[in-house]
Amino acid sequence: MKQMQRLVSTFLFLLVLSASTFALAEEIVVYSARNEQLIKPLFDAYTTETGTKITFITDKEGPLLQRLKSEGKNTQADLLITVDAGNLWHAAREGVLQSVQSDILQQNIPEQYRDPGDMWFGLSLRARTIVYSTERVKPTDLSSYEALGEPQWKDRLVLRTSKKVYNQSLVAMLLAEYGEQETEKIVRSWVNNLATDPFSNDTKVMEAILAGQGDVGIVNTYYYGRLLKKNPDIKLSLYWPNQESGGVHVNVSGAGVTRYAKNPEAAIRFLEWLSSDKAQNLFADANMEYPVNLTIAPHAYVAAWGDFKASEKNLAIAGQLQEAAIRLMDRAGYR
Amino acid sequence: MIVALLVLVPLAVLAFAWAEPAWEIWAHLRETILNRLILNTITLILGVLTGTLLIGVSLAWLTGACEFPGRQFFSWTLLLPLAMPTYVLAFVTLGIFDFAGPVQTSLRQWFGSEVWFPNMRSAGGVIMVMTLALYPYVYLLSRNAFQTQGKRALEAAQSLGCSPTKGFFKVALPMARPWIAGGASLVLMEALADFGAVSIFNYDTFTTAIYKAWFGFFSLPAAAQLASLLVAVVFVLIVVEQHLRQRMRFTQSRISPQAERFHLIGSLRWLASGYCFSVLAIAFLLPVFQLLRWTLFIFHEEFDDRYLERLSHSMILGLISAALIVFVALLLAYSSRRHQDRWTHLLIRTATLGYALPGTVLAIGIFIPLAWLDNWMIDFMRNNFNIEISHFLKGTILIMLIAYMIRFMAAGFKPIDGAMHRVTNNIDEASRLMGLRGVNLLLKVHLPILRGGIFTALTLVFVDVMKEMPITLMTRPFGWDTLAVKIFELTSEGEWERAALPALTLVLSGLLPIVLLMRQADKT
Repeated sequence: MKQMQRLVSTFLFLLVLSASTFALAEEIVVYSARNEQLIKPLFDAYTTETGTKITFITDKEGPLLQRLKSEGKNTQADLLITVDAGNLWHAAREGVLQSVQSDILQQNIPEQYRDPGDMWFGLSLRARTIVYSTERVKPTDLSSYEALGEPQWKDRLVLRTSKKVYNQSLVAMLLAEYGEQETEKIVRSWVNNLATDPFSNDTKVMEAILAGQGDVGIVNTYYYGRLLKKNPDIKLSLYWPNQESGGVHVNVSGAGVTRYAKNPEAAIRFLEWLSSDKAQNLFADANMEYPVNLTIAPHAYVAAWGDFKASEKNLAIAGQLQEAAIRLMDRAGYR
Repeated sequence: MIVALLVLVPLAVLAFAWAEPAWEIWAHLRETILNRLILNTITLILGVLTGTLLIGVSLAWLTGACEFPGRQFFSWTLLLPLAMPTYVLAFVTLGIFDFAGPVQTSLRQWFGSEVWFPNMRSAGGVIMVMTLALYPYVYLLSRNAFQTQGKRALEAAQSLGCSPTKGFFKVALPMARPWIAGGASLVLMEALADFGAVSIFNYDTFTTAIYKAWFGFFSLPAAAQLASLLVAVVFVLIVVEQHLRQRMRFTQSRISPQAERFHLIGSLRWLASGYCFSVLAIAFLLPVFQLLRWTLFIFHEEFDDRYLERLSHSMILGLISAALIVFVALLLAYSSRRHQDRWTHLLIRTATLGYALPGTVLAIGIFIPLAWLDNWMIDFMRNNFNIEISHFLKGTILIMLIAYMIRFMAAGFKPIDGAMHRVTNNIDEASRLMGLRGVNLLLKVHLPILRGGIFTALTLVFVDVMKEMPITLMTRPFGWDTLAVKIFELTSEGEWERAALPALTLVLSGLLPIVLLMRQADKT
């Protein structure tokens, strides 16, 4: 028994030792809902440039947020990176982020793409826009998101599930623009026009249009980019809706410094670096997105899809109205 | 007992969520989608249970008690789908058979655009995929039962004029009931907890509501409340099943020699082979072939030296937790045998409920108390000894092992519990007369009898841990990325084709132990 006890205590001691060897050199710990293959190159570039080590862990937004909450003031995380403004807004509301005063960030990132309370900052942009079959649709027939509910698109519209946050943010922004009644009417008219049950992801939406199951859909730009890269002759094209009205719905991937960051200065410096020239291209190009810093040109490949007017509403609205948007879509029978 | 209590902690955390009932969200769900979700869920579990029982038991009977061409080969290959995560099978199946997939596209090219094909993204489609992914649980357990059933009872039945068919339904099947029920309850829990496959099909079930409450309405309490209802349903079902067979005993008067197999004759032989082959082909060969194709396209850009690291992490976690969980399951099964009272049974049943919870919800239930404990220890050390320690539990794989144990106790327990029925009271008494007691009794007498059950349990847990995603994501220490984590990384942004490489690696590395264990188990 004695021996057993000794064994156990040695084991525990070793565990503590191995767990506490962290925290020597300057180091930033990142919790990220953005994939490893999209963020790791940036982390490596930053480490090479400044010597600051970056440790990270990836997971879905929900669990990461819960993890931060339950770790409280003992959390190891300095920075939270995630996609979608709604998610960033919720992280701020749950109190796991802190307000950051930085002239560089204010200057580099347009106002509508950061939190009004400076809790989070957008780092790359993606437009959620209309995609259509070049074989069966004339672009002149298209005009706006809401027009996809018109009778001419009966049994021709293909959508992704309403459970994806991108669609929730889109409907939240429509809510902000048109109000509850009008938006519900729009969503109902979409559901009415569906060619088939909603798909589980954007790529499937486009594959269905290619296969002739439907003719138009709504997708994020980078999914289109990926498909185009695989097959440059693809019979699909992007259309920029609402150019005469509110503009195309854009969303961000972004980051915020955690409330109990051990190393907030280093985290802010890293954020500032991320919003600057070189990093912006690295960040956006990795996923065929647009830089959030508008003085920096997108990759030529992305720029080739054309210029567009983007919505100028602050993206915090996507968070505020997300719940209302989900309820509305449930009521309208949009699965 | 302590272990059983440990497993109860996350369940208690969930139950605690009722402290602040989220009526508002409940009202919204009830008004809009809840009815459909419940109907969908019932359809799904009824379909999947029927499917897995039919396929699982029939295959087990064929390979366990009959003789036909290729029996030995099928007997272990039919287990292979076990290594295939449900979400992977779902994605691959849709990729092949949906409207835009190669099958329907070719059909349209040959027969014109009006050709009819069943809609894959439907209740039928999900049920088919889940049945194919989950039947091995029933197959593995009931095969174990048929193999160890011995011959005497069936011979007796035949001497009383029963045909083999009648013998099967009247004797073999009822005698295998604890095993079949064990397998079926694993299937039931898996199907109820599944989120990956149903979301690929966009088929809304009760889990959908749980995730909607959490990720959409950001109300973890509402999600936990919904989840605890799910657990309650499973609990009731298990208790009812237990109650129904409470008065029956499944021990045999003696271990009879391995039964002689029924030699199938004529076209029946080939029918049996053909049936086994088609199940194997749809559930395993076809998806693996598709994964291989995708892998060939992306291998050069996806493969890097971190793959071996991920693979070894997956293997290490699988092996350690399999050993740990099976050991604990043995203890539980043993104490349930020693203490025949109601409370012990109830406690042990509850200890296996972790399997029925959606992974992410359970991950939270586990993480919250552990994070609390961790924080408490850090503060304690700081305040009393002025020592700064880092995260003790979260910095190590200890937390993962605990979490896996809570999740997969059922997978370890059910096969062993089934095998326990083979240890008769007579055996115990005889052994005691010979002077064998305690550990000796366990090692010399029980262990050899339980061997098949233990192998089954090890295989199930190992493969389950390798496939597990949400707990691994949430509790892994920095740098402990596994194959499942890589699959998550790629699929979370819809890059399923690129996930083929880690998925294939996962399937292949999960196969090795299955093959080894099956061979080992068959030798006994």
